[in-house]
Amino acid sequence: MTSTSSKATYVVGWAAIVGLALSLLFALVLSPPEVNMGDSVRLLYVHLPTIAVSYLGYGITFLGSVIYLRNQSPFWDLLAGAAAEIGVLFTAFVLVTGAIWGKPTWGTYWEWDPRLTATTVMFIMYLGYLAIRRMDLPQEVRSRRAAVVGIIAIANLIIVRYSVQWWRGLHQGQTLGVDTQLDGLMLFSLFLSVVAFLLLGAWLLIHRFRVAWLERQVEDMRLARALSERRGEAGGAALGGVVS
Amino acid sequence: MNHWAFVAAGYLIVFVGIAAYAAWVLTRGRALSGEVPEERRRFLD
Amino acid sequence: MFRDAWLMASKDLRIERATRVGTGQILPFGGLVLILFGLAISPVYQVTVAVGVRRPMLAQAAPGLFWITVLLAALLALGRSFAVESTDGNLDALKMAGLDPAGIFLGKSAAVAAQLLALQLVLGIGAFILYGPPLADPVLLLTVVILATLGITAAGTVYAAVASGLRVRDTMVPLLVLPVVAPVLLAATKATEAALFGPLDNGWSWAMLLGVFALLYAGVGMLAFGPIMEES
Repeated sequence: MTSTSSKATYVVGWAAIVGLALSLLFALVLSPPEVNMGDSVRLLYVHLPTIAVSYLGYGITFLGSVIYLRNQSPFWDLLAGAAAEIGVLFTAFVLVTGAIWGKPTWGTYWEWDPRLTATTVMFIMYLGYLAIRRMDLPQEVRSRRAAVVGIIAIANLIIVRYSVQWWRGLHQGQTLGVDTQLDGLMLFSLFLSVVAFLLLGAWLLIHRFRVAWLERQVEDMRLARALSERRGEAGGAALGGVVS
Repeated sequence: MNHWAFVAAGYLIVFVGIAAYAAWVLTRGRALSGEVPEERRRFLD
Repeated sequence: MFRDAWLMASKDLRIERATRVGTGQILPFGGLVLILFGLAISPVYQVTVAVGVRRPMLAQAAPGLFWITVLLAALLALGRSFAVESTDGNLDALKMAGLDPAGIFLGKSAAVAAQLLALQLVLGIGAFILYGPPLADPVLLLTVVILATLGITAAGTVYAAVASGLRVRDTMVPLLVLPVVAPVLLAATKATEAALFGPLDNGWSWAMLLGVFALLYAGVGMLAFGPIMEES
């Protein structure tokens, strides 16, 4: 097979598609508008799942970084990188859907809300992590430094989160800044879409990891080829030296 | 108040974004897996 | 470890004394930023801070503007701190000489912190003259300056080391360091506001956050410098 698909990705992929279709049905059609937020509550069914996927991605990055520093296995290094990329992508979705939700709810696309502010800082932090993974350094050096940053990032995340919350004042109110009444059907829609998005995230992660693995193989092969060519030249030169 | 425009915009951006990313990952995977010989293909099934 | 740190710090400070990059380039740069902020925020703008209390916007914003200036200057100082090591495999040589990575970390941070503190003495006086804020509590202000500086240099040194040896180092260090020290900017600004304008009670809790951050990153740096510096 000449792709990154396998039996596992077919199963997870189809489950994700079915789940997403169902969750769209519930989120956009079957669930009722909310009392205070109206129809904009439906944005929650895509906002919250993207948060879940991005946090899970960062969690895997942390885990992969810790394990990589212990056993130097490229598997965990590449998994950490793949998970961070998906985390960053979904954090971008979190920010966009949050801003779009903010317009009808708060009246502005941007509010200096602790969560929004902290999430934006976190987004840029992980962009930095991805930039480290593209550094022009020897593979092991790059992977090791990325792993260190992938671990510290979690601590940063917590500090940023709490300091921003403290900055805005703890009394600032609960999750959404407005009173929300989610009834049974809404909670079910939320649950369904979180599950569907997690499946989607898993499917993306498997594929992205395999691409990263293939990239690494191509890089290694190129390196090996360049090395053997260099060795060939050096051997020839040495021989030439002896002859002359 | 009508919020459907915002809802549509949000869903559209997310789903189009994910589809684009997935398409990129899949095509890149196809292109790369042709270059990699059998003995180096691990974790791929 | 502390002997190695002392060696590193005194080496870096000797380099500074010989080259005068800090006083000749970074300090004028900081002064320029302070003046540019003054041009961006007109001195005639007023803000109402409480019922019946109005203050020039520039004075009210002075804490935040000062700390952003310090952060920008710190980025330059951090870049400089690792630029002097990047030639001729200096970091390798340091390791080969048997220096403890934790000691190298502490030494480099201490040298940057010393330079930043000297810088802030001048920039601080400049900010008072240019922006004209009151001063309610000098002790708190001094505490904040010291703790924030330690936090910025500890975190900054970790990330500057991560980006060392790169051709793109100059752009990489700001991207890595600024999001991480965002809480320091926040806490230092809040605590400085308290120190300048009062009331002081929550100023000290912000100062404590700065202390916790500095301690945390000192620990992180001492642990992380080994794996960061390993070159193969």
